[in-house]
Amino acid sequence: MTIVKENEQRMLDAVEKAIQQHGDSRDELIPILTDVNRTLGYLPSEALEEISRKLKSPRSQLFSVASFYHMLSTKPRGKHVIQFCESAPCHVVGGREVWQALQDTLQLDSGETSEDGKWTLITTSCLGLCGVGPVVVIDDDAYGNLTAEQIPAILERYND
Amino acid sequence: MKYFRSHVLVCVDPECLNKGAHQVIDALNDELVATGLINEVQVLETSRIGGCANGPEMMVYPEGVHYAGLTTDDVPFLVEEHFLKGRIAKKFLIPGKSIEDEELSAPTSKEIRVVLRNCGQIDPENIEDYIAEDGYMALGNILSSLSPEDVIEVIKKSGLRGRGGAGFPTYLKWQLTRNTPSDLRYVVCNADEGDPGAFMNRRVLESDPHSVIEGMTIAAYAIGASQGYVYCRAEYPIAVATLNRAIEQAKSIGLLGDNILGTDFSFNLEVRMGAGAFVCGEETALMSSIEGNRGEPRPRPPFPSVKGLWGQPTNINNVETYANVPQIILKGADWFASMGTEKSKGTKTFALAGDINHTGLIEVPMGISLREIIFDVGMGIKNGKEFKAVQTGGPMGGCLPKEYLDLPVDYESLVQAGSMMGSGGMIVMDEDTCMVDIARFFMEFTQEESCGKCTPCRVGTKRILEILERICDGEGRDGDIEQLEMLCQEIKSNSLCGLGQGAPNPVESTLKHFRDEYEAHIYNKQCPAKVCKAMIRYEIMEDSCTGCTVCARNCPVNAITGERRQPHLIDPDTCIRCGICVQVCNFNAIEVV
Repeated sequence: MTIVKENEQRMLDAVEKAIQQHGDSRDELIPILTDVNRTLGYLPSEALEEISRKLKSPRSQLFSVASFYHMLSTKPRGKHVIQFCESAPCHVVGGREVWQALQDTLQLDSGETSEDGKWTLITTSCLGLCGVGPVVVIDDDAYGNLTAEQIPAILERYND
Repeated sequence: MKYFRSHVLVCVDPECLNKGAHQVIDALNDELVATGLINEVQVLETSRIGGCANGPEMMVYPEGVHYAGLTTDDVPFLVEEHFLKGRIAKKFLIPGKSIEDEELSAPTSKEIRVVLRNCGQIDPENIEDYIAEDGYMALGNILSSLSPEDVIEVIKKSGLRGRGGAGFPTYLKWQLTRNTPSDLRYVVCNADEGDPGAFMNRRVLESDPHSVIEGMTIAAYAIGASQGYVYCRAEYPIAVATLNRAIEQAKSIGLLGDNILGTDFSFNLEVRMGAGAFVCGEETALMSSIEGNRGEPRPRPPFPSVKGLWGQPTNINNVETYANVPQIILKGADWFASMGTEKSKGTKTFALAGDINHTGLIEVPMGISLREIIFDVGMGIKNGKEFKAVQTGGPMGGCLPKEYLDLPVDYESLVQAGSMMGSGGMIVMDEDTCMVDIARFFMEFTQEESCGKCTPCRVGTKRILEILERICDGEGRDGDIEQLEMLCQEIKSNSLCGLGQGAPNPVESTLKHFRDEYEAHIYNKQCPAKVCKAMIRYEIMEDSCTGCTVCARNCPVNAITGERRQPHLIDPDTCIRCGICVQVCNFNAIEVV
């Protein structure tokens, strides 16, 4: 099997699995998109096309939903997504230094993905973990009470 | 239900999990089996109990002993000492910290815990814990002895109003939904808690999910709904998981689903997740998102109680509103109405943040003054500084100065003062805060989160932000203040939903109470709080500088020069005002002018 076909199969499998879990109703669009986004890291236009066929909804509608929500991405993302909380309570307890350390260590700006496809750095709205700010979430792991010095060691954990 | 002589509550928040909380739980259970204590000691998972700095952390009840820093290797020792010999294992004890919860500490004398009563006290993953605290008793009572109209009457008498911020009487919403003719009605819980700094709802969902489920079920019975949704933001994955598990457990013992408690009342509940859009906290946008569309608001009327989800009558309340309901049914409307003021009854949860000594969640009776909240419950301003302002009601609320400290916290008083109750975030600011900068910060947020559907909000917030940025950059012009005032007025009166209508509040309230700061920025090119970078300079005081070179070595742009042991100098043209030199200087020799 060629690489292209393998990728296509992976995409189709992801869509199939999400629709099987949530059902092929239009109401379930956001959970379906969220699942596919999670499996593939983003929503490729081929995946949107496939979902559009299965849900019998126009692609324009799907794209309008996919582009509306911050957590859905129509652009490829890195293997690990780093979310930095940029809201006021984290900002006032040293968030700015942590953000600078993230940008310096990864050599990335907000919204960028590293060339090797390992990291994507994004900011997020309040995660409600204000008691332990500044907060960074990497994939599904939350890290609180952070200082700039801790950043390199934390990123080390994702060497796989 | 089984009885245990001792309960071990192990914190399983992400930080403790990283430090091996699950492995310690497994080791504890293995050891309890090996020592034959498994039927006497129960190990439970719980939400945050301490700082997690030295995790995994655990509480052992009934003693209320707080242990931390255990590894799996320490477990046999702990079990032998504590549970076999009955001695406290001092090695792992956190002294003087028997119940320390960084988000929610023991209530102070001015607090009353109604909504937060179970948080940190019960295992949110076990429905039996909730039932042991009189859980689902209110549901049982109404199903056996009250008609839906009676339930609405009780809620009416209690005076409960919407805790999402607007304060609409809850009974009226229920009644309107009930009285709209339809075969199908919905109950929705708004758990899209997006205000930065507000996490009261997350805590309730994670620590006491059944109180919300029970409240919603009672509401469903009262309005005649058979289907409900909890719309929870995707930023709260643990709350979603906890809720889903709680719903499964309630279903498995007949407290949700078909024929609840053997009656012919049926109610199904589902969790719907957002995907990151602040505007979805607005009720019409929220419904649009549940239906699988872009979360854009639509004009009201028709209100959701008449035409809501999929065009059917829908009752939408906030997490905290529902969590109050079972207590009102159990303890009576009079009990609830005895707390608070004439028009605002009961208690309200707040999340204290900013320059205040005691940050975290509190729950106080309505009508308490801002002064009592900030200085008695919140223990005053950090580092002995002066109080400057408090921002209530989140990004759509207003900033209130010290003249308003004696304002009673209720729906009407806050609106009259130019702010609002909001969902309950409270950001306290000290004398070092620049109010123009704060207004800019909130405007940045609302501008970013504006959904873009209506022009006043989409374009207006952007224009306000541009003017504020200009003022903060030292390029404010004569006439900016008047233009801001006009823009605020237009956006307020012409926007489609609460986001746009509330967006100018931080600007309007700071203009009203701190106009002199705007004027200083615009006309004198000065930032009185010394925050706005374009208008400040860093200077090294010759007398205090020892010439240790620390500042010069840490300056990212090499703007500091000087010989060792000689006073240094900062070149203001090269300096980028990052402030690193101030942080690294050991002699407080650098000042902002």
